[in-house]
Amino acid sequence: MTLEEFTEKFAEQFTDTDPKKITPSTKYRDLEEWSSLMALYIMAMISDEMDVIISAQEFREVNTVEELYNLVLSK
Amino acid sequence: MALLKFNDIGIKAVCACVPQTIAYNRDLSYLIPEDDLERVINSIGIEQRRIASDGVCASDLCYYAAKQLMMDNNLLAEDIDVLIFVSQTSDYRQPSTAPILQHRLNLSKDTMAFDINLACSGYVYGLSVAYSFASLPTINNVLLLVGETMSKIVSVHDKVSTPLFGDAGTASLITKGNFGQSTFMLHSDGSGAEVMMIPAGGCRNQTSEQTHKAHFFDDGSMRSDEQFRMDGMEVFNFGMRVEPMSIKKLLSETQMTIDDIDLIIYHQANRMMTDFFSKKLKLSKDKTPYSIKYYGNTSSASIPLTIVTELNDGKYTPRKNTILSGFGAGLSWGSVLLDLTNTNISKLQECE
Repeated sequence: MTLEEFTEKFAEQFTDTDPKKITPSTKYRDLEEWSSLMALYIMAMISDEMDVIISAQEFREVNTVEELYNLVLSK
Repeated sequence: MALLKFNDIGIKAVCACVPQTIAYNRDLSYLIPEDDLERVINSIGIEQRRIASDGVCASDLCYYAAKQLMMDNNLLAEDIDVLIFVSQTSDYRQPSTAPILQHRLNLSKDTMAFDINLACSGYVYGLSVAYSFASLPTINNVLLLVGETMSKIVSVHDKVSTPLFGDAGTASLITKGNFGQSTFMLHSDGSGAEVMMIPAGGCRNQTSEQTHKAHFFDDGSMRSDEQFRMDGMEVFNFGMRVEPMSIKKLLSETQMTIDDIDLIIYHQANRMMTDFFSKKLKLSKDKTPYSIKYYGNTSSASIPLTIVTELNDGKYTPRKNTILSGFGAGLSWGSVLLDLTNTNISKLQECE
């Protein structure tokens, strides 16, 4: 999966946020819709789409969509 | 490896009791902003929870469930050989609660009675122990009482745990009979002990003025070290890692495919999470009964509570190849494949 595809899948998890607002450099924790629950949806998406399970600790250490993508690729 | 197989041992009867008091998650706007609340409720799938009154313990809820179960199944006090109480909210730190229940239920002094201290995996673990005793030639009836009053140990200012947990007590009767084969697989991983925990109040961190002090957390929650804490993301991660895999292992051990399975009754953790397991397992939604909407996550009691509320009145048949699967604090998890066709299900009881 490319970074663009990953960003698109990432944006699909949100309901109230304009997908155009989400780019690889977006710091997703700054988004108004971000919540601990959103984190679970993202983890589920990553498991589903890329068959990778990242730990909560690892997830907490990254901030942008691209950093998250790179983390998943490193697994 | 903890693989247990039994022939012609089974759950002969199940009953459950919940407190009358209902807590509505839509009333949690003091804790979670109104905008987020609806999304939280839809995701976790919990609208209501039952809360035990002050002074009502898990053992009380189990007591009422046991009384009703004995009445509905014409079971006499002297018929019970073993009583097992599974809970993490027992009456006292000492003694065990099971002998207290033996006395309250007027069971014989020749009853073997003891507690098992496990959380959400507790019903499956408790069943495996009850089955083991029931398979002995000298043991006929094992009463498995599984209950939890999480409301006593969760801070009402905990954003993660408050919307999730409810109270319930259950009673199951395990006996010999025409139940076919049952297969258990049980697991543990103490490296995750801190994922769900009450840090203080045990012998490791003894009670002090300090341990009762409420702390504020980054997410806006407030709780003391004597109250339950949970890292929601770690729990979700744990579930994703182990649950679909452990059910797949059980299927392969029993030479079954997911299509052979009539029902999977999950520990009612949080709907989003268990729906995700079903998706991973390619299990159709009509094979997973849920009681979570009205009762929340009742820890170890959630599987028998779901059997009582969802499988009564002949719903969810056939139920020959049923998997029960629990996972939680410990970390501890386990699944069992068994036949619920001949299980008598009592009506849900309510008490104060």
